[in-house]
This record gives sequence, structure tokens and C-alpha cells, in this order.
Amino acid sequence: MTGASGMLGRRTAAALTARGDEVTVLQRRPSGLDCREVLGDVADPAVVRRAAAGQDAVVHLAAKVDVVGPWAEYAHANIEGTRSVLAGCRSAGVRRLVHVSSPSVAHGGRALVGAGADPADPARARSHYSRSKAVAEQEALAADSTDHAVLCIRPHLVWGPGDTQLVARIVDRARAGRLFRIGTGAALIDTTYVSNAVDALLAAVDSDRHGEALVVSNGEPRPVADILSGLCRAAGLPGPRGWVPVPAARAVAGGVEAMWWLLGRRDVPPLSRFLVDQLTTAHWFDQRHTRRVLGWTPAVTLDEGFAALARWYAEAAPDPPAQGCPPPAVRAGRLERAG
Amino acid sequence: MTVRPTPAPHRHDSAAPSPPAGMPGLPAHWSRRVPVVDAAGVQHTWHVLDNGQPATRGTLLCVHGNPTWSYLWRRLVAGAPPGWRVLAPDQLGMGWSERLDSPRTLAQRVSDLDRLTTELRLEGPVVVVAHDWGGPISLGWALRNPDLLRGLVLFNTAVSQPPGSAGPALIRLARMRGVRDLACVRSPTFVRSATALSRPPLARAVRDAFAAPYSTAARRAAVGDFVADIPFETDHPSRSTLDGIAHDLPKLDVPTLLLWGPRDPVFGQDHLDDLRARIPQAQLHRYERASHLVPEDAPEYVDAVGAWLADLDDGARRDATGSSDPAQAPRSAVLDRLYDRAGDPGPAIADVGRTTVSWDLLGRRVDELAAGLALLGVRPGARVALLVPPSAELTAAAYAVWRAGGTVVVVDRGLGLRGMGRALRSAGVELVLGTAAGLAAARAMRLPGQRVVVGPVAPAARAMLGADVALADLARRGRAGPLPAGPSVDDECAVLFTSGATGPAKGVVYRHHQLQAQVDLLRAAYRLGREDRIVAAFAPFSLYGPALGIGSVVPDMDVTAPGTLTAAALADAVAAIGGNVVFASPAALRGVLATAGGLTARHRAALGGVRLLISAGAPVPSRLLRSLREVLPAAELHTPYGMTEALPVTDISLPGIEAAGDGDGVCVGRPLPGVDVAVSPLTPAGEPDLPLTAQPAATGEVCVRGPHIKDRYDALWATERASARDAGWHRTGDVGHLDAEGRVWIEGRLQHLVRTATGVVTPVGVEQRVEALEAVAAAAAVGVGPRGSQQVAVVVVPRVPPTRRDGALAPAALADEVRSAAGVPVAAVLVRRDLPVDLRHASKVDRAAVASWAERILAGSRG
Repeated sequence: MTGASGMLGRRTAAALTARGDEVTVLQRRPSGLDCREVLGDVADPAVVRRAAAGQDAVVHLAAKVDVVGPWAEYAHANIEGTRSVLAGCRSAGVRRLVHVSSPSVAHGGRALVGAGADPADPARARSHYSRSKAVAEQEALAADSTDHAVLCIRPHLVWGPGDTQLVARIVDRARAGRLFRIGTGAALIDTTYVSNAVDALLAAVDSDRHGEALVVSNGEPRPVADILSGLCRAAGLPGPRGWVPVPAARAVAGGVEAMWWLLGRRDVPPLSRFLVDQLTTAHWFDQRHTRRVLGWTPAVTLDEGFAALARWYAEAAPDPPAQGCPPPAVRAGRLERAG
Repeated sequence: MTVRPTPAPHRHDSAAPSPPAGMPGLPAHWSRRVPVVDAAGVQHTWHVLDNGQPATRGTLLCVHGNPTWSYLWRRLVAGAPPGWRVLAPDQLGMGWSERLDSPRTLAQRVSDLDRLTTELRLEGPVVVVAHDWGGPISLGWALRNPDLLRGLVLFNTAVSQPPGSAGPALIRLARMRGVRDLACVRSPTFVRSATALSRPPLARAVRDAFAAPYSTAARRAAVGDFVADIPFETDHPSRSTLDGIAHDLPKLDVPTLLLWGPRDPVFGQDHLDDLRARIPQAQLHRYERASHLVPEDAPEYVDAVGAWLADLDDGARRDATGSSDPAQAPRSAVLDRLYDRAGDPGPAIADVGRTTVSWDLLGRRVDELAAGLALLGVRPGARVALLVPPSAELTAAAYAVWRAGGTVVVVDRGLGLRGMGRALRSAGVELVLGTAAGLAAARAMRLPGQRVVVGPVAPAARAMLGADVALADLARRGRAGPLPAGPSVDDECAVLFTSGATGPAKGVVYRHHQLQAQVDLLRAAYRLGREDRIVAAFAPFSLYGPALGIGSVVPDMDVTAPGTLTAAALADAVAAIGGNVVFASPAALRGVLATAGGLTARHRAALGGVRLLISAGAPVPSRLLRSLREVLPAAELHTPYGMTEALPVTDISLPGIEAAGDGDGVCVGRPLPGVDVAVSPLTPAGEPDLPLTAQPAATGEVCVRGPHIKDRYDALWATERASARDAGWHRTGDVGHLDAEGRVWIEGRLQHLVRTATGVVTPVGVEQRVEALEAVAAAAAVGVGPRGSQQVAVVVVPRVPPTRRDGALAPAALADEVRSAAGVPVAAVLVRRDLPVDLRHASKVDRAAVASWAERILAGSRG
């Protein structure tokens, strides 16, 4: 497995290990996970070959997920990285690759209402991240064959306890009183509770389907304001305070982007036009095909996920989640924070 | 004689172009090139669309008009039922067929088509499908090939100019010599305008596809020739051919389907009437929103043609008119109870504050008017629009029309002038009977036919309204005239229009035996007898009094706005006639409750004599019925379930509602004696396609059988066939189930089902559970997203109305409450100040409108 340092990667590696698979993880820095590790750049085919040798399957999760930074970094991590994984798998004789992609690879900014998995389209992608992932998915699917099967999984907005991306950022802003509702807050957004995404990746490893892309989500779209309130409530905070009209938000976002570019800042800007679009247009998916194909259904509902998150916040100190790997103990009813 | 105004274009067909790739809906493999030698010995190459299916059941020969081409038929080529080969040629000089050196006459074109089908070795059975000028050509072909012909499907076309019609103005304009050349040949004006009539407009790519073969003046030569070949003049070279086709048309005694677009500026109602007169067996479906290019404006025609072809094969051909030999049928008894009371001075109809008409007077008045109508030219079968509010005059006029053998046509003012006009024109009204306001509306609607004015109107105003005669004069004239023979039980008596809550209002045809059965059912269900007196605060019931043999009164109210009924007006009406049975709609009853404070002791005494309240027209909340006990202390409270197409179907009393308790939907009680109710259960995809069953629990489309259900939908063949696909039954479009005690529960409308990834959700049960919440005044459960993966959104009207600032999203606490009450997963809870309701009953929530609003909001729009 590549990229085992994020929430989804750690959980997936742990779940594979827990069920008795022999797991090797590949990333730049030690993960602290209890499994074999190969350290290095995923874009280096030699490193990938070393990690992939003798594996039955590879899960390629490593990616640069961000909203700032130059294109070259995205191209390197996401396109070169995927090419290197494809080459490494081929030369190591790995028969199955699960390539983790993103619904944004096919998203041109319009509302997605009960959408399927449209083909990846770099030309329509709206950020460096989604464009690089679109190219990567196209190349991954082009490399698909019966001997080297490739299945692309596009989890949509994965969240859960220990998430440093989505949840932590929202909660931090709510805590600072800087979380606003943009527009009506009514756009329906589908999300994926982390353990459901883990289950889906495991099902993808076990499946014999290949040569296609599948969107994975909870299949429970909610108005974006309800999701933000749910996350805040779980952290014991009030929901978004006040609202900003969409045109104002877009104008501010444009200004922020220009400033970040002028200053060459590399930290995450507080607002971007991409984010405004994400928060004000519907994104939800028809999950029937995915569920049938993978023989998978989400085990944890949205509300159960909020409850699990609330327990995690209640048990954990309010300091930001750190390095550890929380084992996938949601279904056992208890969440632990390692590290 | 037609003279080609432009120099003949030279032949450039050695390389006849093909349809370019990429036209929407037109795969290249349908195109064939067929060389055919014409009567003069010259070979021409035709372009033909061919679906390539073996013709095991037959062939559809599809013939386009001017200025289109076979592209018009692409959906039929793609969607024809199995076993039907589809051949759609481009006329010579048109589309992608070879261009011609000189114009061709109608006779030549018929011969050309005949030679083409010979070359194609066309064998029977053949169904001719034709549009526009393709009509005369293909009908000419059909008359030459009667042995091959199995049927006709005709879209807007004509074989003659109906008497009195000067010919469609547009065509005449296009035929003026200079104009024709300029508009049809030298410029693509005509080619382009033919595809510009559709509303909503056709897609740009489709319009371009229609124009593609007519890109240059040389390629448009035949477009102008076609226009020139329309024989308006008696000495036109094609005149005798066309007259011959028109004359011989009745010989084509084959099943015929007319699919008509009423918004066509070229072929109007006159042409439709002319065709129906020549092809009396034709079945008709009007696509109310379609213009000239019906196959573009009503793509669903493909399904209608498929269904019609299936009936051809099954031999299950339904009789278009359905009338049996009237001489054999017994006389209608609808007027019997009126005549039984000849000489009776008791009140038959009272108008509060105006007149009271005795039985004796009403009987005589009906006869006088019937004779007067006959003198005016009303023949059996004539359709008469009644634009008169409920009153003694309306009742007398309706019974007189029946006595004269005519059919009354009734529309709801709630449809608005445009909707009413469309409905009345579609019904083929020959006579309009209206008050001054009614006739003014008729003028605004541009209705055809004679006019009779009801009520006092000054002669000058009468002329302005276009009234031919006043009702009172008609009666006076009728005293001297002979009484027409009365109607038989099989004669049509009424065309009643639905409220049009879901698309254009549909005309529902009843015959006398069905009306009789309905009257008998009402008598039996509510034990109505001579001693009863009806107060009809629900407009349709004001007409039933004489047929029931029961006196009736209409309260002082605006019947088109049921909420205007006050408690005092109801009490006055009860007092006026000694009424003891009240018919009212829920909206009217809400008005009564709201004004009950103004009742005097005398009013209360009068209302105390009411034994029965029948609340009809929409579901009645039991809360409302319970509150009514205070106003009508002695009344049994009943509410029937039914619709314009079948009324009543079931009935339930207030104790019955209370005994049924809560369930998934509204309990509407048990079927009335003689009425059967079954459901056609839903498939997992949510389609009501499983065989009818009366088994409890299965949820499906509610179907009704009984002697009183509609005869058919008027001029809506495809709708009728779908609604009557189980012989003898009417499909209501309502979804519900039967319970173990035989009670019917209504769960919503078929169009309002929410088809989620995990199954079908019916809205009414969800709405009831949500409306039970303290904070909620009203709720609508709707689906958002594509069918099969829809999500449920609940739109609520909170008791504390939201302000504009609050936005559309429900506050978290309310959303949580609604989610836990709903009983199904709910994606979003939205709030509104009110819900859109239908005009007629002001109580049926327009869930389709709510759904599209919710879709917009939940897609991220600001609404």
C-alpha cells in the first residue's frame, strides 16, 4: 500500500493487517504502523518495484492532496507517482491494483445530482489536484488488463475521528468563530465515513472487477450546512455563525487566491473559489452500481458517524489529532487514539 | 399551371451527399441508397432510412412532408416494436434523395413512391405513417395498394380545404410567386421556419439537422415546388388528383390513428374535423402542447404507435366511438325522476335570494328549452359548452341539452382562459351556452359555434357578445316546436374536464347509462330519497338534484372559490329549502368553520336539521371533520373518494376514520356496493406493472371497476389506452393499498412516488407523520435526483412562518424532529411559508412544483 500516513491509509493498512493479510506500506517517512515498511518516493520506480515484489495486490493511495502549491508538485506526486506504481506493479508481476482516485476528476463545477462515475477529464478539472488525479486515473485505466487488473475507487469527502484534513480544519475554524455558511447552505453533499471507505477499499482488493472507476460514498447526501453543524456538534461547538452570500464569497475567494499567489504563500488559504463552488453546489452520487459491483454497503450511517466522532472528541483532549494510528474500532463501539 | 420561377438547377447528384455524421439520433447505418426508374424511364436515387429489421409483423412506411425529411421519423425508426420494419424515404428532390430537373405533381409523387416500394419489394402488411404533404402522397399510395395496407397513422395533414376555409394563411403567403421563390428557394426562410414553431424550441443541433440537406438554393428547389403544388385553384394540375384521394379516402376502411398537434398554424381544427369525417373509424390523440412537427414536440408518440400496433396484432381493436346501434338501446332514464314530478309545486331548485323553481316548472322549462335547442340546430351528439355558474338556469339548460340528445361540456374556471379554451376547442364544442361573463370569455377564447346567452342582457350587449339568442327566447320558441326524441342509454351525455393539476386538463366522456349508474350509486350510498333536500356547495353536485328526484339549493357563494362559503350562507341555504344533506369541499368547510362565530340562533337551528354532510373533492383531515360537529351537531360526516373519471368509489364516515387510525396513507373507506377496487402492485423499480389484485398490503396503482366509471378520455387515445389497459377497469393514477378489512388507503399520486436506491417511498404516510408534529402546519414529501437514486426531501410549513432571512433550510431542531418522525431516511428538511395547491380544491398539494423547487434549492441555487 502506498501512502499509509493519512487517516484513510492508516485505517486501511490496519484493517488489512487485522484480517490477516501481510501488508507492506510505502511512504516517505516511517508510519509507526505494525507492518513491513519501504521508505522512499512513490515516483521512483525502483522503490515501488522493491515494495511491490511478491505482493498479490497493490493499493495506491499516495497523493498530494492540497489547494496550494505549483502544478509541478502535483504532477510529480500524482501523475509521476501513479506511472511509477503502474510500472512497478507490471515489472513485479502484481496482478491487481486498486488505484484511489477522486470524484473531482470528472467534475466540471456543475451540480452533481445522483451522478454516476463519469470518465475522468483533465480538461474540465478545476484545480491542480483534480487535474493531476484525472490524468493519473486515465493512465491507470489505460494500463488495465486481465493480467494486471486496475480498479479505480473514488471516495468522496472521507471524514472520521483523527482526520486532520476536513474535520480538523472545520472544527478549528468553528472554534475560532470563523466558520460561515456560504449561500443557502442547502446544497446536498454526500460524504464518506472513514470506516466505510476502508471497507470499500478492502472489497475492491477482493473483487475481480477491473477497468472502471467507482465513486464510493455513504449515499446519504445532506445539506452542506447540516453536515457542518453535525461536525461542529460532534466537537461540542456551535455550528456555522452567520452567512455570506455566494457572490461575496466568490469575490473574497478571488482576492485571497490573488494574494496567496502574489505572496507565494504555501499554507492553506482560508477560502478559494474552488472551495466556494464545492460548498455551494450539490455533489451526490448514485451508489447502486458501486454497491452491486463491490458487494459492499456502508456499515456506518452518517448519524452513527457523527456519534462516533462525538465520542472521540469527548474522550480525546481538544488538542489537534497527532501522529498515531487509530485502529478501526468504530464497529467495536470504542475509539482509541494511539500515539 | 405552375411555372418554375428559377432556372432549373443542373443535376449534381452523381455524388449525392449523405447525411453528415453526428446528427442527433441518426446512426449512419440506417441510410440506404435505392435507385429507382420513374414512369418516364429516368433513374433517380432515393435516400431511405431503414431499421433493417425483418418485417415479421409488417412494415411502417413513413412519409414526410415539406420542408422536412426522413429525419422526422428517427425516433420511430429507433423505437418501433419488434417485428416491424421501418422504411422512411426522402421524397425525390428532398432530404438526401436525388435532386430533380423539374417540379413534380402530386400524381407523379404517388407514382414515384409506388415504384420505390416495388423496388424495395415491399410486402404487406403495411402501415402508412405520414405527416404534412406526405399525407396526400402516401394516401394516394395506399389507395393504389389496398391489399398491402393494414393501417394508417396520420399526423397533422389534410386532403382538402374544408368548406369555408380559405387555406392556411401561411401557406397561401408562401405560395405567392415572389414570396415563394424568395422564402422557399433563394433563402432558407421556409426551411428554417418549419422547425421554429415548437415551444419549447427544438435543440439547435436538431434544427440544424433538419436544414442540413437544404443548404443551397439549388438543393431547395423542390421545397418551392412542393409549395407550388398545393392545389388551391380549381384548375391546378394536382387538383384532380387530390380531390380523387379525398373522395376515395372512405374506401380505406383500415384502422387509423390520428396524432394531432393543435398548436399548428398550418393545419387547424377544420382540417382535423375534415379528416375525421372522411375516416370515421379513426382514433384520435391530441398532444395538447404539440405544434406542426408533432413527432418533434411529442416524442412519446413512438409509444402510442407501438401500443396501437400491438392492438392491431391482438385484434383487440377498440371501437373509436364505442356506440352501438342506438335504435336497439333503451331510452335514458336520467330525466325520469324529473318527469315523475310533473305537476308537483314543490321546490326543485332554489337560488338563495332569487328564484325558486318548482318541479312542475322545471319539467316544462326543460322541454321548452330542448325543443328550442333542436330548432336552433342542436342534433343528437352535439356538444354544448355550459359557461354558467351553478343556478336554476344551469340545471334547466343541462337537462334540456340531454333531452335534446346533446352532450354537455363542463370545464373548471380554475383552468384559466387559456386552459379552458384549449379544453373546449379540443372537445369540438358546437354551441356555447353562457352568462354575459361566460360569453365574453368564449369570445376571448375564440371558441367556434353558436352562442346562447343566459340571464338578462341588453340587446346591444347581446350583439357585442355575439349571442345568437337568449335562453328565455329559446324557451319561448320551443313552446311551439316539436320535442326531440329523447336520448338512449348509450348516447354520450357529458364531457367533464379534469382539474388539470398534472398537465393539460383531460376531457372525460360519460354516456347516459354511466350517469344513471352514478345517480343510482349516490342514492344507494347515502340513502337519498324524495324527502331529502340537497345543499350543493360543491359545484358538480348542483346538477344531480333533478336526476335524483331531490330538491336542491346552491348557497350564496363564489363556487369557483370554495373558501368563500360562510357559515351563515350555508345556514341560509339550508333554511331556504329545508335542506338536510350538504355537499361541500374541504376548502368550503374551512370557510364555514372560520365564520361559525357569526351564526345566529336561527342559523344554528337550521343547521341542526342537517342529517348528512358529504365532504367531497379532496381528502378531509379528521381534525376538520371533528370540528364540524359543533356547527352541524346532528349530521353524519362522510367523505367519499373518487375522481372526475369515477365518482364515488369508496366512502368513509368520521367514526370510520377514527376506527381506522393511523396507517401508511389516508384511509378512504370501503368500496361502495357495486364498485370494485384493486391495485396493480409496483415493481421494485416503482412501476405499476404487476397483475391486479385485491390482496391486502400490496402497494400499487389503485384501479376501479363499476357501472359508473368513465366511458373514455376524449381525443386522447393513448391516455385512454393506458388508463384502460385492464379491460373494464380504470387506472386512477393514485397509489395505495387495501387493508385486511377491505379498506382502501391512498398513499399518493403515481407521479409523486419517490424512487430511492432502496425502494419506493409513497409521500402521504410521511407527510401525515410529519404533520403530526406540533411545530408543523403542513408538509410535502418529494423526491430529488434521478429516478431510482432519488433522495427524500421533506418541505414543511412551520407553525411559526419562516422569514426571508431564515432561508430555505430548516433549523437544526426542526430538521431533527422531522427526520425522526418521517419513518424513512430524509436527506433534507426545507421550510416554506406555504405549499402550492390546485385551483379547484385548493387542497391538493402540487408535489411536482414542490419537488422542482426543492431540486433547485438542494442543487445549490438560491431558489
